[in-house]
Amino acid sequence: MADHPTSLGLLATQTQYQNRIFFRNFTAAFFTLLFPLMIFVVFSLIFGNEYIDSLGVNLSQYFGPAMAAFAAVSASYTNIAVTTAYQRDEGILKRIRGTPLPAGIYLGGKIVSAVIIAAISVVVLMAVGVAFYGIQIYAETLPAAIVTFIFGVGCFAALGLLVAGLVSSGEGATAVTNATLLPLAFISGVFIIPSDEAPPWLDTVADFFPLKHFVEPFTDAFNPTYTGPLIQWGDLAYLLLWGVVALVLGIRFFKWEAPAGAGSRRSRRKRKVEAT
Amino acid sequence: MALTGDAIGTGLAAMAVIEVRGLTKTYGDVEAVRGIDLTVESGEVFALLGPNGAGKSTTVEILEGHRTRTSGTVSVLGSDPTDRSRDFRERIGIVLQETAVEEQLSVSEAISIYGTMYPRRRPTDELVELVGLGEKRDARVKTLSGGQRRRLELALGIVGDPDLIFLDEPTTGFDPSARRQAWSIVENLTSLGKTVLLTTHYMDEAQYLADRLAVIADGVIVAEGTPESLGGRATAATLITFQSDGGDLDGLPAEDVRVGENGRVTITTDAPTAAVHRLAGWALERGIELLDLSVSRPSLEDVYLDLTGESSDG
Repeated sequence: MADHPTSLGLLATQTQYQNRIFFRNFTAAFFTLLFPLMIFVVFSLIFGNEYIDSLGVNLSQYFGPAMAAFAAVSASYTNIAVTTAYQRDEGILKRIRGTPLPAGIYLGGKIVSAVIIAAISVVVLMAVGVAFYGIQIYAETLPAAIVTFIFGVGCFAALGLLVAGLVSSGEGATAVTNATLLPLAFISGVFIIPSDEAPPWLDTVADFFPLKHFVEPFTDAFNPTYTGPLIQWGDLAYLLLWGVVALVLGIRFFKWEAPAGAGSRRSRRKRKVEAT
Repeated sequence: MALTGDAIGTGLAAMAVIEVRGLTKTYGDVEAVRGIDLTVESGEVFALLGPNGAGKSTTVEILEGHRTRTSGTVSVLGSDPTDRSRDFRERIGIVLQETAVEEQLSVSEAISIYGTMYPRRRPTDELVELVGLGEKRDARVKTLSGGQRRRLELALGIVGDPDLIFLDEPTTGFDPSARRQAWSIVENLTSLGKTVLLTTHYMDEAQYLADRLAVIADGVIVAEGTPESLGGRATAATLITFQSDGGDLDGLPAEDVRVGENGRVTITTDAPTAAVHRLAGWALERGIELLDLSVSRPSLEDVYLDLTGESSDG
């Protein structure tokens, strides 16, 4: 009997394959890559790029990195949850499970692919910001931005996996990710700049969830007036905690087959076939 | 030492590829499988027949490692499929009942990506040609017709050069020429010494491909044998039928005669040669023609419908 294919080779193939599927899926590519960029451009058109006292920087210098963080979360959290759930509806996860591919490598390929897509969306958004909106990137804080990015994307990739395991269909995954990410984005400094006018309980809610612990240190890394520690370990540890818990639960609740009777695309297709 | 080697070799050759004893599977209160015994030898094409909901798919999915069993013993390729060991999964190929391939991939991409998962793999070009998708090799899966998707599914099932292939209703929705092509692929597999477990709704498919078959109804095997012998088919009485012209049938030289409402006369006999001879003499004497005369044994389909209690006009 020949040897197993190498894990590294398999991981590379799986990553490449997940990337290919993502970029050929217009909806996923649009909402992850172009949607945050569009919001950034439209907001900049409406609100201009004036100096914001409470931030100590121009609006774009804050808003660009904040939208980049949002794009990274879309690429990991939303993307993994939705595509995995739809692949389960289609029976693709069941097919994968019948092959010798180790489950960890399959899921690992999804996560590495999400990190790559997230990195691409951040680079695209920041490049547009630097080219057209005067965003500055600082060499001394760039490592902090990269470390924060890795913790943030890792955490949200694990959460995406958890959502995929908990919902029963692709539609469910779309609903859950939007219903969780969008409200959190409003209170975590993505769409609205943080201010003291928000009620304290809203801050408490935002502090509990991981999004703020990603957006805050990430935007700080692009703020020259920020004076705190270069790498904000408290936030990163909190992201790590959420990520590990999500990963453990995500593996525990992962489903390879759509539950019977779920309103999946697959069962609809089956009904159609039976009707003919 | 040589003797030991021989003994091991003989032992392996004699070992069944699939060995199932007393298999049961219960979902809540529902007993989907109620005590199945099954042996499939190496190099055999074994067909499982049965109506929807009979426990056919549940049984196959237990053998594939997709489901756990409630009780009984199961050995597939010498291991317990529930363990789902990587070595085990490298040696089986599964063709699912429903095609499930990423629509964004092309035919050749899908085959080569799935191929990388196996230590032994069949070349993509060879498989594309084998399943007759040569002209579609660069087409996206979403542009394929239903039959073409099934053929891609078949290619993915054998891309790892498996020793045992599970074919779950492989030709449903195929046109006659595509079915012939699929059958020749299966014949090609068996000529390579592969073992095939097939489920199908088509009796002609079972008859053509299977070395042995079993009929499952209500979670148990109700008959098992070769396509020729199943359900006592080899020894079953012969049916002689013809269309009556409405004239009277007095003096018809046969014992077991039935006349249908449509005037179809059916004679059941264990000695067809003599019965046909007598019948022909009777007709000649009266100067009548035996319209649409036929002599037949019950078909596999008749036996199947009889065993599963499904009526032929249902």
